Amino acid sequence: MVEHGDIRVVHRGGSKINFREPVITHDSRYLLCASGECVKVFSTSTEECIHDLRGHTGLVTGVLLKPSNHLQVYSCSADGTVRLWDYTDGILIKVQLDSCIVFAPVFAVSVIAVIILVWKAGHNLFQLVAVDLPQSGDQLVEARELSAVLSDVSSNPAAIVFGRGGEYIASANGLHLEVYFFKKQKSYRFSLKEDNKKGGKNTVTCVACHPKDDCIATGHEDGKIRLWRNFNHKKEYTYSTLHWHHSAVSSLCFTPEGTNLLSGGMESVLVQWRYNQESERDFLPRLGSAITHITVSPDGALFCTSHSDNKITIIQSCVKVSAVIQGLVKGESVRTDMMVDPRSKSLVLNGKPGHLQFYSLPRDKLLYNLDIVQQEYIHESGLEQFEVVKAAFDASGSWLATVEERKQKDAELELNLKLWAFDEQTQSFVLNTTISAPHEARITAMCFCHATDSQTTMLVSTSKDGHFKAWQLVSDRALYRKAEFGPSWSCDFVGAYHGLVPECCCFSADGSLLAVSFQEVVTVWSPASWELLTTLSQPPKAVRDLCFGRLSCSKYLLGTTANNLLCCWNLLTCSLEWSTSMDISLLLADPLTENMAAFCCQAGSTDLFVFKPSEPRPVFSQKAVCSGKVTRAVFAPREEMLESCEESSQWLNHSQLYFLTPDLPVFPDIVIFLPPPFKLVIDDSVAMTPFYLLLGKHRQQEDADPLSGLSAERRPLPQCSVAIKELLQTPAHVLPSTSFLCSMFVQSLLISETKHVEEEMESEKEEEDSEGEMESSTQRPEQASLGGQAAPALTKAQLRELKRVKKLDHSWFPGLLHS
Amino acid sequence: MASFKPTKVQVYPKLGEKVTQDTLYWKNYKAPVQIKEFGAITNIDFSPVAPHNFAVTAFTRIHIYGPFSQEPVKTFTRFKDTAYCGRFRSDGQLLVAGCEDSVVRLFDVSGKVALRMFKGHTKAVHITDFTSDRYQILTGSDDYTCRLWDIPNATELNTYQEHTDYIRCGVTSKLNRDLFITGSYDHTLKLFDARADKSVMTMDHGQPVESLLLYPSEGLLVSAGGRHVKVWDLLKGGQPLVSLKNHHKTVTCLCLSSSGHRLLSASLDRHVKVYNTTNYKVVHNFDYAASILSLALAPDDESIVVGMTNSILSIKHRKSLDESKEISGQQRRQPSYRVFVKGKNYVPKQDDYLVSKPVKQHLAKYDKQLKKFNVSKALDTALETWTRLRKPEITVAVIKELDRRGTLKNALAGRDEQGLARLLNFLIGNVVDPRFAPVLVTAAEMILDIYQSVIGQSSVVDRQLLRLQELLEREIDYQQDLLEVLGMLDTMFASSLPRKEVPSLDFFNVSVSYDIIDSLLTCQPWSNGKM
Repeated sequence: MVEHGDIRVVHRGGSKINFREPVITHDSRYLLCASGECVKVFSTSTEECIHDLRGHTGLVTGVLLKPSNHLQVYSCSADGTVRLWDYTDGILIKVQLDSCIVFAPVFAVSVIAVIILVWKAGHNLFQLVAVDLPQSGDQLVEARELSAVLSDVSSNPAAIVFGRGGEYIASANGLHLEVYFFKKQKSYRFSLKEDNKKGGKNTVTCVACHPKDDCIATGHEDGKIRLWRNFNHKKEYTYSTLHWHHSAVSSLCFTPEGTNLLSGGMESVLVQWRYNQESERDFLPRLGSAITHITVSPDGALFCTSHSDNKITIIQSCVKVSAVIQGLVKGESVRTDMMVDPRSKSLVLNGKPGHLQFYSLPRDKLLYNLDIVQQEYIHESGLEQFEVVKAAFDASGSWLATVEERKQKDAELELNLKLWAFDEQTQSFVLNTTISAPHEARITAMCFCHATDSQTTMLVSTSKDGHFKAWQLVSDRALYRKAEFGPSWSCDFVGAYHGLVPECCCFSADGSLLAVSFQEVVTVWSPASWELLTTLSQPPKAVRDLCFGRLSCSKYLLGTTANNLLCCWNLLTCSLEWSTSMDISLLLADPLTENMAAFCCQAGSTDLFVFKPSEPRPVFSQKAVCSGKVTRAVFAPREEMLESCEESSQWLNHSQLYFLTPDLPVFPDIVIFLPPPFKLVIDDSVAMTPFYLLLGKHRQQEDADPLSGLSAERRPLPQCSVAIKELLQTPAHVLPSTSFLCSMFVQSLLISETKHVEEEMESEKEEEDSEGEMESSTQRPEQASLGGQAAPALTKAQLRELKRVKKLDHSWFPGLLHS
Repeated sequence: MASFKPTKVQVYPKLGEKVTQDTLYWKNYKAPVQIKEFGAITNIDFSPVAPHNFAVTAFTRIHIYGPFSQEPVKTFTRFKDTAYCGRFRSDGQLLVAGCEDSVVRLFDVSGKVALRMFKGHTKAVHITDFTSDRYQILTGSDDYTCRLWDIPNATELNTYQEHTDYIRCGVTSKLNRDLFITGSYDHTLKLFDARADKSVMTMDHGQPVESLLLYPSEGLLVSAGGRHVKVWDLLKGGQPLVSLKNHHKTVTCLCLSSSGHRLLSASLDRHVKVYNTTNYKVVHNFDYAASILSLALAPDDESIVVGMTNSILSIKHRKSLDESKEISGQQRRQPSYRVFVKGKNYVPKQDDYLVSKPVKQHLAKYDKQLKKFNVSKALDTALETWTRLRKPEITVAVIKELDRRGTLKNALAGRDEQGLARLLNFLIGNVVDPRFAPVLVTAAEMILDIYQSVIGQSSVVDRQLLRLQELLEREIDYQQDLLEVLGMLDTMFASSLPRKEVPSLDFFNVSVSYDIIDSLLTCQPWSNGKM
């Protein structure tokens, strides 16, 4: 009845939304932005993602409103296509193919042509190209006429802009500003000196044109903004300089009326300059992180800034933040492991500098940021800031431990271990204990004791200084002067082994054992008495990963070594159970089952094995899950358990496996393994609605029939199904009243009498069932009483007998007929 | 838009001992009153009746002091030689004392001449006491005997000759008139029953016994001798309960606090230690100027009286309740609660229109400057005299914050003589503090880098730089010494720890099941894995 496909790897989100500048629609209600291979439509008031425009097969490199139609939008992608969408309902209107385009970032539009920035692979340069949009009604159009507008332009789309009604185009490349007039077909070039006297850099980073006036604003590397005027003369051009930013201006934008100029940069301050009164400025400071793009809605009511931490801020024109659309933040690297918060079931990893982000996986939305460092972030390049490098949750999610560190060139390493308690009232984590300098060197691993029934909570941290420390929650009030101090954490034990450096640590599922690996030696300790119980070793290379088995496999300890060995030790005999040679980049255990997942790097791509330590065969294996090396993954528990019986997908019943794709030029995404979708052979899968219960039963009974179950071909469905289908698929608001439909619906469930005898008998039964279901709202009589309308005096036993006879009787009947 | 996050001022743990209820209790005494006696003070005894005068036995005299007098209210001088162990009777009327000349004298507290003289001992009598029926006297002497005397007719009732060395301490039971305990230099404690001719219990202390103490319940006995204080359970037949070794010289005197929950021991090492009697941990410690011979606590712990070998009597009185509150009374009066809640507790009515007022973030002065990126001014505000002296952690936090922002050099530069002198002053005061050293060392290096060109122009700055140099040289020496000590300690610990063999296993010979490897390597979905 249920058919299985293969396990698929599905992209689940976390893609970049700040790659290109977003677009606000004319009515200021929606915000469109390129995100990975799709264009996302957000509501500007609720911050929710309304829908995706899916269709591109490559990275979407730009979005632009169609000037002639306010409800349509162009998008172009690295796959070499330009698509036209109706963004309100996400319908693809047209595709322009352009085979020669390899890399096609931003474009700008005049009325009938789209001008695209393309990368000519043959010439190794970026070129501005106009594409004529044929007015044909076809879905797929091959655009042939490409006319180069400007060649040798900067790869940065922010450095190309159209001036006043599309009369000219301004493009900056390096130190040169080029203005091309369409009508005159003439271009002017202006150059700046490489370095000015004060050592500032004059390289142009962005360009903006005044919508009403002949004025071009350029932003420079040294934070200056120059306003160019009179640029239609070769010699008599003038420029004035504005200076507020201390580092490069990354984006410039004029408001639609041209009254204000907006600029932003690394400082994460939005600066609003009055046009012609440049000494008056408004500031919107502390926007979180460096501004990468600024856009203004066509009516000028909303500004919107993209930030380097994958965030879009929507700002009202009175310079007040009204909404923040936040994607998954990924800094230079994911320093903490991916974790799942046991309470909110959200994904947790380090996000903004000094923050820990809680990210909802099913909704692909950032829930909140937890400020770990609690310091003012200074937006300046080259500053060493505190970074969250380790984090761990305890089993119930009531404690969170974080490690932050800051390493300056020649100063001592600054380390802080912080412990956060979950506060039921505010539903967030509250700082409980700060331990400054918990270790003398970097902390290599940290884990909580996951035993649920233990009295004390324990945390173990291992460090490069050769020690591992156990921290314990103590509530000894005699230690404190005031009773208002609650319990806090203090060091319980410091352990070392021959001065070797501990690399990883792991608690067994019941918390009775602690395994700490010291280079090639794995030591097993008893946390109750801090006794060294045994040492296990696999000499040639250091142990990289340690994992205890769960549930039935809790006697196994698994470890991977640097010389590509996966070892499994039996802790009862303290001997090596098995080992195998694999280059495992990541080993992790499913907390709910005994399954282990190993990501194995081979020939530039990653393979996945899921296995049980006790069984010699992997439960599941897939080659080339993705290219590159997977280093971060997590098992997230499912909200409700699946009941898949297929052996190869059973491991996904309790939890889902998410992993972060490796660092490729494309922004890394969160990827998930999905079990095959359930398919009913009879029909498409149906949601679990009351209707399904009603009708599904109806069908199951059909199937349960021994004869039809055996027959290979499907029997034709009762006619009723068409009516039901119609009923279910028609939108609710166009349906007539229920009372009108009811009789029709019930009738449709009946089967015409012209059918086969055998079916007739069955349909009788179905009828009984369906009627029984229909009437169940008014009364719930037993099935027997319904069937026994003719002979109410019959007892239940007799009825059952009767039914049995009925069934028996048609089992031989067809045979008779065929013969 | 997030608000400005203020500079985090690190909270450092208070240095020194931890403050507990015990330290608060035992520190709540006034400065000691010191009185010079004629010789070493061997015994102090409080009168059991109010006003709780105390008798101080020193050299050939016994002085009786009133509770708050600095001069003796009464003096007994009729001793031919050194007097010992002047003790009050339980009604506070009579006082008995031994003497080097072996005669025991009994005085009326109001009189001057001895009422009775008990002669019979052949050597100095170091220990005298009244029995609980008040009519008998116990004495112990250097002639190895202890005797019971009848007061009314001054006759000897009994002699016990069981000890084999000087008897230097003894107590009588407060509950039973017949029981008394003596301790001797022959290392034993003996419990005598006046109804029997022999001792009924003997305990071995291990060292010459110097002092004895019975708990009020008289179930436990505490003895002091050598460096040890031992507690014995009398009800279990003299079983040793605890042995404490917290002094590094002979313990000379024992005393119980009025509640009975704390035990005090005084020693020749000039310390008085306070023990918790439930777990026998030291909870407090007093230091004195000279070796202590005698110690007594007034009822209700109103005063601690200590007699020392340098013949100084030190009396500490407990601070009265209003005195301890005096300090808080001196503080400026705060505005009353009413002032703060004025208008804040107004509950809006139904048709009121609420105008929300933006909450103003309160920032410290230096934070306000930091918010405006005025780095030099921020450092200046943090270096204000009060902050610099009282809360150096704030100054250090600001310096750290400036360093984190990469602008510390700018903040330090461009100072005049006065500003630089203030900065250097702060450095000299705090750079060797281990809590601040990591931050201040970088700052000091920067200052030297910036101002090396102006060295020699100002005598004030030069002097301070020299002081800083001296300070650092001294600190380096200290650190070297400490490292040496640490090395010594390490070797001592290493030699004292027992070597423990760790069971280790060799995995070289473990055979690996090859079918597992094969199955994992081929990475094919198995045929029977499909349904």
